[in-house]
Amino acid sequence: MSPVVAAAGLGHVYGAVRALDGLSFAVAPGELYGLIGADGAGKTTALRILAGLIVPQRGSARVVGLDPADTRSGVRESLGYMPQRYSLYGDLSVAENLRFFARLFCLSRREYAERSARLLAITRLEKFAGRPAEQLSGGMYKKLALACALLHRPRVLLLDEPTNGVDPVSRLDLWELLYEFVAEGMAVVVSTPYMDEAERCHRVGLVHHGRLLLEGEPRALVAGFTDAVLQVAGAAECVEPVLERAGADVVAVAPLGGALRVVVRRGASAGLRRALAAAGAQVEPLRPNFEDLFLAQAAGGAPAGEAAA
Amino acid sequence: MIERLKRMMIKEFLQVLRDPRMLGVIFGVPLIQTLVFGYAVSTDVTDVPTAVVDRDRSPASRELVAAFTSSGHFRVVSAEGGMERAQAMLDDGSAGAVLRIDEGFAGDLEGGRTARVQLIVDGTDSNTARVVLVYANRITERFSGAVRAAPAGGVQLVHRAWFNENLESRNFFVPGIIAMLVMLVTVILTSMAVVREKEVGTIEQLLVSPITPAEFILGKTLPFAIIGYVDVLLVSLLGVFWFDVPIRGSVLLLLLATTFYLMTTLGIGLLISTACRTQQQALMMVFLVFFPFVLLSGFMFPIENMPRAVQYLTWVNPLRYFLVILRGIFLKGTGVEILWPQMAALLAMGAALLAAATLRFRKTSA
Repeated sequence: MSPVVAAAGLGHVYGAVRALDGLSFAVAPGELYGLIGADGAGKTTALRILAGLIVPQRGSARVVGLDPADTRSGVRESLGYMPQRYSLYGDLSVAENLRFFARLFCLSRREYAERSARLLAITRLEKFAGRPAEQLSGGMYKKLALACALLHRPRVLLLDEPTNGVDPVSRLDLWELLYEFVAEGMAVVVSTPYMDEAERCHRVGLVHHGRLLLEGEPRALVAGFTDAVLQVAGAAECVEPVLERAGADVVAVAPLGGALRVVVRRGASAGLRRALAAAGAQVEPLRPNFEDLFLAQAAGGAPAGEAAA
Repeated sequence: MIERLKRMMIKEFLQVLRDPRMLGVIFGVPLIQTLVFGYAVSTDVTDVPTAVVDRDRSPASRELVAAFTSSGHFRVVSAEGGMERAQAMLDDGSAGAVLRIDEGFAGDLEGGRTARVQLIVDGTDSNTARVVLVYANRITERFSGAVRAAPAGGVQLVHRAWFNENLESRNFFVPGIIAMLVMLVTVILTSMAVVREKEVGTIEQLLVSPITPAEFILGKTLPFAIIGYVDVLLVSLLGVFWFDVPIRGSVLLLLLATTFYLMTTLGIGLLISTACRTQQQALMMVFLVFFPFVLLSGFMFPIENMPRAVQYLTWVNPLRYFLVILRGIFLKGTGVEILWPQMAALLAMGAALLAAATLRFRKTSA
């Protein structure tokens, strides 16, 4: 199927900060695409360009084949956008927010009644329909924001860190909600800094310094990850010199509880384990996950994604 | 289009009317200020504490003092003691004026010579001092008129103040208060309403919707225009029925002029909102532009007295034109045949300001 979202070579600079540096990706209808990256990677800028809020300095963005910044093209009727920041009227109730956004998109009374009832039901916000939005919990607020972005049945939905500040249960709810609409053919682009959420997407793009490091199906990407991952516990003064001596063989180090999570280049793992054990550290092998993949990539490391890309 | 505009307006009303503080600003403040200004803001001077130094001690001198006190403008606080005491009272502020009548006053009068009396006023407040001197002049004129049974030829000035026969400053101020309050309320409301959307982040959600800049601007201004009308009516009713300010002209003309005036104030509010990012900045900006508008409007200080360069500046002050219109309609009963230049100026400025705001909004948001 032809893509409904297409970003081609997006580049954007804010003053001295290079937010995007040639970012390209495409999303097909019915696809849930994740833009994964740390804070400041350029995810929000990319989504704002796709939403038509910023005109990119380089490259081009197309949503359902149209320029999203062109207000007269009718692209906005096909577009849903949920910003990361608060974007609803806190002093209006849940129902009033829904009605306001329904009217902005010129939904008929009947359409509004049907859709808001359904959205309130699946977000389980019915009981709170009369409550001012500012008195909702973080999770409920995000669900309402999502409902408002879904009211006009956009063909493309852009979500900027929808699960940020949301408790784990509500997070599950949000993902379930997304799956329902994706199953109906909606294309969804979701940004998140949480690596564990990458695995919920059909396809992900790893964004780092405004560029795509890696793209593919999350499972395949992890499966193609060839480095080893070790959990290292021990006194810092014993462990750190060993890791330092290993040099380029240690791809990435991240804290893991009281211990360290160490990504090691394949082949170097056995030697490092012995060295660490000799220094008095406990070493356990771990199954690589998406975060390791990201850390290894962000560190400018191994060509781990070859198999998937 | 109409649907979206209607919804936008309903939303604005909901937000304003739901906020009790906002309700206070919109309706409470104008009412209270009109009451306070109506009573307190007055350039009429009464009961000036006066120290009398009467060295003549004649029936004629007592008569002159009585003429001063019976006018209601002067109140004798010290009738004994000499100049030193009177001067001390002026110094410490317990007297605002000293009336000094020297020996020989009665003799001069009887002899048909010019009798001299001295009035010393505390000139620290120059306006009040000037008013006091005018009163004193009128009183002595009347007094000498009574003494000289028949005026012997010469010129006699007969003065009448038209439109405000008793020269009550309230009649002059209440229409001004209408103009000032409506400007303050509508400029604040408009600038805040747009900036709040920016500050909270809701503007993003609006910008990705199919709403057009024109719909957005209209949706943001019409509700406040309506509130502005309500305020004009409220303050006018209070002025007419509570303070007995006459309304001699056409109420319809007043409403039409209010429309043009509101176009300018809403335009100013919108322009401020395109330049500011936070409500705090917007509020600061409102006050920065509001004070020059009020001070250079002729509300308190006559424009004719300003330096020429500043007089040109007042040409772009909507308050200036609206004040002329209001005073014309309230006090003089003048109609559109006289007030049309002011109306045209307001209409032109309003249209220009609204157009500029729409253009700027398009640019800053796209």
